[in-house]
Amino acid sequence: MNRQIPLAIEATGLVKSFGETRAVDGVDLAVRSGSVYGVLGPNGAGKTTTVRMLATLLRPDAGSARVLGHDIVREADAVRSSVSLTGQLASVDEDLTGRENLILIGRLLGLKRPAAKARAKELLEAFGIAEASGRLVKNYSGGMRRRLDIAASIVVTPELMFLDEPTTGLDPRSRNQVWDIIRALRSGGTTILLCTQYLDEADQLADGIAVIDHGKVIAEGTPGQLKASVGSGALHVRLLDPDQRHEAEHVLARELGPVHLEPDPAALSSSCADADRGAEAVAELVRAGIGIADFSLGQPSLDEVFLALTGHPAEEQELDDADREEQAA
Amino acid sequence: MSAFPMTGAVARPAAEEAALRKALASTPRPPRASALSAALTFGWRGMLKVKHVPEQLLDVTITPVMFVVLFTYLFGGAIAGSTGEYLDYILPGILVMSVLFTTVYSGVALNTDLTKGVVDRFRSLPIWRPAPLVGALLGDSVRYLVAGTVIVGLGVALGYRPGAGLPGVVAAMALVIVFAFGLSWIFTTLGLLMRSPSAVMNAGFMGIFPVTFLSNVFVEPETLPSGLEAFVNVNPISILADASRGLMEGDASATDIGIVLATAAVLTAVFAPLTTHLYRTRS
Repeated sequence: MNRQIPLAIEATGLVKSFGETRAVDGVDLAVRSGSVYGVLGPNGAGKTTTVRMLATLLRPDAGSARVLGHDIVREADAVRSSVSLTGQLASVDEDLTGRENLILIGRLLGLKRPAAKARAKELLEAFGIAEASGRLVKNYSGGMRRRLDIAASIVVTPELMFLDEPTTGLDPRSRNQVWDIIRALRSGGTTILLCTQYLDEADQLADGIAVIDHGKVIAEGTPGQLKASVGSGALHVRLLDPDQRHEAEHVLARELGPVHLEPDPAALSSSCADADRGAEAVAELVRAGIGIADFSLGQPSLDEVFLALTGHPAEEQELDDADREEQAA
Repeated sequence: MSAFPMTGAVARPAAEEAALRKALASTPRPPRASALSAALTFGWRGMLKVKHVPEQLLDVTITPVMFVVLFTYLFGGAIAGSTGEYLDYILPGILVMSVLFTTVYSGVALNTDLTKGVVDRFRSLPIWRPAPLVGALLGDSVRYLVAGTVIVGLGVALGYRPGAGLPGVVAAMALVIVFAFGLSWIFTTLGLLMRSPSAVMNAGFMGIFPVTFLSNVFVEPETLPSGLEAFVNVNPISILADASRGLMEGDASATDIGIVLATAAVLTAVFAPLTTHLYRTRS
C-alpha cells in the first residue's frame, strides 16, 4: 500500500452477527481517498451489513474501522458529518415529492431555506428529474428514484459516499445514467464505496475491488488482477439434449478446468482464458458427438468469479440482506 | 453470461452534461443544523404528509365527533340525568380521551417509517439524535390540535358553554397536548420494540383503552366500588381530566396542573432517551 495516499476507509476484522448467523465475519478493507472501491458479492454475502457498520448505522461486534480518520464507534458523529449513504432500499421518502425530499435533506444538513430550495432545483435539473419534481416519489420509476436517491446524497458534497447496489433492478439506460453520475462524482474527488452484484459494474467503475462471500473478503485487487485470476472470460454452452450434460462436463473439465452447471439443465460454462482454447473445447464437444444448441465466449459473470475463487457458485445466502429486502417488499 | 449486454456511457447533450458538472461541483458544508431547526424540519415533513394525503386527518375529526354525539345522547340521560348536564361534564373528558387515543398512532407511524429506507438516511445524517422523533411528535401535536378543536367546536354547537371562555379552552387544550406529547413517547418506544404497525396498534390500545375508561372521564368516581375508586382517583388521566375541566370552567387546581405537567416530564425523561436509543441502535 502506498503510504503517501491517505486511506478513506481502513477496516480491520469487522464482525457482525445476527442471532446465530455471522453476517460479516472478519472483513478487512483499505480504500484510498479519491478512488471508487467495489465490494462485489451475491445477495446476503455481507455487503450491506459492512456498509451499515461503516456508515455508523450498526455497531460492529468485533473489529474496528476508521472512516476519513475517525473511529466509526467512538467518533460516529464526525463520520456522519462527512459521509453520505444511498442504501439498498431507496433512501428517500416515498410520501413526499422529489423536490420536498431534497429540501428536507438540505435543511437537515444546515442549509437555510432559500439555499436548500436553490440546491434542490439545481440537482433536479442536473439529474433529469425536474419535470417530476412535484410528483410523489412513490410514483417515480426505478431509475428516477435512484437518481433522486443519489441527488439526496450529494445535496452537500460528501467526502465519502456509500452506494449500496445503485443499479440493481434498473434497465440498461437508467444504469448508464447512474454510472455517468458515479464517474462524474469520482472526477470531482469524492471517494466512493460501491457495493454491487455485477462484476461488469465493478469492472467499469472501480479502481479496486474486494470480493466478499459468506462475510469474508475472499479476493482483492484491481479489476485487471481479479479478472486475470478468474480468466478473461468464460465459455457458455447450451446443449441440444440435457441428458448429455454429464458427458459435456467431462470434456470441458478436461479442456478448460472447473465447470459450472447452470440452473438451465442444458447449460454449462467454464472459465476460458483465450478464444483459441474456447474454440478447441467446442470442437472437442462436437467430436465427442454432443449436440450444441448455442455457445458463446463472454466476460466472466459473478458466478464464474465465484466459481474460480471459491470453487462454488454464488448462491444466495439467506442472511440479513435478503431478509431486509423481504421486509421492504 | 454478463448481466448486461451494453457497456459504456450514453452520449449526453452538452447542456445536460454541463448542468451535471455544475451540480456536482463541490458545495461547501454549511454549519450543522441546530437541534430546534432539525426537529422543526421533521415536523414540516409530518405536515407535508398530511398535505399530500389529507384523508389521514379523518381519524382525528370523525372519531371525536362520534364520541361526543354517542356519549352525550346515549349515556347522558342515564348517567347525569340530562344530556345538557352530562355534556358539561363529559366534553373536557372526551377531549382528553380523543387526544390520548391519537397518541397511539405516533407509535404506529414510527413503526411504519422504520420499514422504509429513508430512516437509514436520517440515521446517517449529522443531526441532533432525537430530532426525527421530536419532530414527528411536534407534527402529531397539530393532529391533537385538530381533534381538540373539532370536539370543542361541536360541543359549543350542542350547547356547551365553558365558564372560562376561549382562554380557558385554549389553556385546557394546551395542557392536554403537553400531556399527550409526554405519553406518546411510550408508544414510540413500543413502535420501536414491536415488529409490525398493527401489533403496535393492538398493544397500544390494549393499554390506553382500560386506563382511559378507568378514569373519571365518563363517570364521577364516587359511584364506583371503593377499590376502583381509589385507582381512578390516582390515575393521571383522571387528574388531567379534572385539570382540563377546571381550566375550561375557570376553577382549576394548581396542584392538578402541576401533577399533569410533572407526569408529562417524567414520561418524557424516561421514554424519550429510551426511544432515541432504540431508534439509533435498531438494526
